Amino acid sequence: MPGNEKSAEVENPATKERWVYSEIVKDHFFHPRNLLLEEPREGQFDAEGVVGSPACGDVMRVWIKVNRETERIIDFKWKTFGCGSAIASSSMFSAMATENGGLTVDQALKIRPQDVMERLGGLPARKIHCSVLIDKAFKKAADDWFRVTGQHERIFSESGRVVDSRLNITDHDIEEAVLEGARTLEEVQKKLKVGVGDPVAIPAIEQLIRFYSEKYYG
Amino acid sequence: MSDKRNVYLDHAATTPVDPRVRAAMLPYLEDEKNFGNPSAIYRLGRESKNAISEARAKIAAVLGCRPEEIIFTGSGTESDNLAVLGVARSYQEKGNHLITSAIEHHAVLRPMEHLAKEEGFEVSYLAVDQYGRVAVKTLERALTEKTVLVSIMFANNEIGTILPIRELAKTIRDWKKARGRGPDEPPFFHTDACQAAGYLDLNVARLGIDLLTINGSKIYGPKGTGVLFKRRGVRLKPLIYGGGQESGLRSGTENVAGIIGLTTALEIASGEREKETVRLIPLRDKLIAGILERIPKVVLNGHPTERLPNNVNVSILDVEGEAVLLYLDEQGIAAATGSACDSASLDPSHVILAIGRPYEFAHASIRFSLGRSTTGEDIDYVLAKLPGVVELLRQVSPVKIELDGAVTGSKTAFVEMGRPHWERSMAKGK
Repeated sequence: MPGNEKSAEVENPATKERWVYSEIVKDHFFHPRNLLLEEPREGQFDAEGVVGSPACGDVMRVWIKVNRETERIIDFKWKTFGCGSAIASSSMFSAMATENGGLTVDQALKIRPQDVMERLGGLPARKIHCSVLIDKAFKKAADDWFRVTGQHERIFSESGRVVDSRLNITDHDIEEAVLEGARTLEEVQKKLKVGVGDPVAIPAIEQLIRFYSEKYYG
Repeated sequence: MSDKRNVYLDHAATTPVDPRVRAAMLPYLEDEKNFGNPSAIYRLGRESKNAISEARAKIAAVLGCRPEEIIFTGSGTESDNLAVLGVARSYQEKGNHLITSAIEHHAVLRPMEHLAKEEGFEVSYLAVDQYGRVAVKTLERALTEKTVLVSIMFANNEIGTILPIRELAKTIRDWKKARGRGPDEPPFFHTDACQAAGYLDLNVARLGIDLLTINGSKIYGPKGTGVLFKRRGVRLKPLIYGGGQESGLRSGTENVAGIIGLTTALEIASGEREKETVRLIPLRDKLIAGILERIPKVVLNGHPTERLPNNVNVSILDVEGEAVLLYLDEQGIAAATGSACDSASLDPSHVILAIGRPYEFAHASIRFSLGRSTTGEDIDYVLAKLPGVVELLRQVSPVKIELDGAVTGSKTAFVEMGRPHWERSMAKGK
């Protein structure tokens, strides 16, 4: 199994203060795999997806080509605006999706952020949200592919559920806050001001924090 | 690569210890005759005490103040905290209003936030112009009967802009005079001079300020050393209680070697200030002009001329700062960024945002801060390497941002994810 060589330099679980990237992250950052340098040609890909925002500092765009019979991913290309781990996790995800003749779309949809992180030899805690972004970019591309091929029942829905109606904060906002390192209600509130004006929402919010903490860090 | 150099351009973060500083400190670290506790009555103690007294007098000479107005601390951050918290808590009965600028260092902003949140103070954050300067009129309008402290930095650590401290100090003096308040009555004026200390005149009388912060590790002195000048007549509540060292304002056995090192560093900086300024300005301007010439879609952050001689800060659009730093590091170049990815809070630089630039410009900001070791060859080297790094990362990036802040390409990402989390929470939190 991959991930045995998790570097001790990457993160300090006590302080979460380390910034040094693993050798694998460095390698993928300086030698990115499956990077799309030129603009995509007409018909080169079947589907694409994009997530992030330049204001947030991370944007990832992926293109996929899929074998219609086997549903294997034949080609996976990406472009990323972002920091070292954003670029490295894009590269690693693309390598994972295309290795050994390519994963099927369903298999690739099962790649979890922590799988990417493990293959990278770990990421600093604050940077984990970067590897999750590429996973979301791919989900968008997969949705696009389902749309193109008329498989509407397989489209993965991403609409958020409002948990704090006063501030219009959704479960996605909680997810994002947890990914950015908030683990307690207080830390999430600091990031989102969630539940401040709506004490009734707090139990549901706490449950979501537990859910996402276990999903990404458990 | 044969032509690879090591180019350190992060002197605004910290500077190496000057060999002359090291030499001055060594007797207090190595010599068994020089370890005495300055509070002790015997000869060894007296000698340490004398060394500190001499150091205090030398710092006072540089600042143009009295020795008893110098407090030795453990960092620039501690000096800032002591000034802000110390003045606010001393004059609480006179008023609960504090004024600072939107571009201060966190060492000033965080204690201000604490006072607002926990101790019943109100804080006004003065807006700055597109270069990061506070206008006299802005300060005038913010002053109230309840204002006890104004803290505005001498020069900004990120964008290098020099603020009009003398004019701002005069504004406060005039305001006090018009209300019949003497110099020993609030509001008092504090300035963080950590970045300015190596390049600007620190004479506190000429500046007309009440408190001033200096940090040893930014002027080729040892880390863990700082000074707070506090004009006689201004009262402070200490942050640290104990044996009553530093006139009761900073208890704890003195860091004698550190104090000697800091003092030597400040004397050297003061002596070489003009020469270094004349030497660095052409290098700074060569780097700025070179980047603007060689790389499309770049803006200079901060004032073109009213800036520290060692500061270059540019936003290079479509690339993310941390990625640029990693590539530069591979080439042996050390620099800094205001990108969120490089901060503990994952928030982008508040300074770049305060001068009116969009988030995208903050993530793309790169700071090169020159210093004593910087040569023309270093600048040539950066100008040779940087354009290639930017070109490569622009090829990797799916985003195209225009100089007016408009985003083209990947627009869907923008619409779907909305504005960043910190902006959403700010807008909704109100």
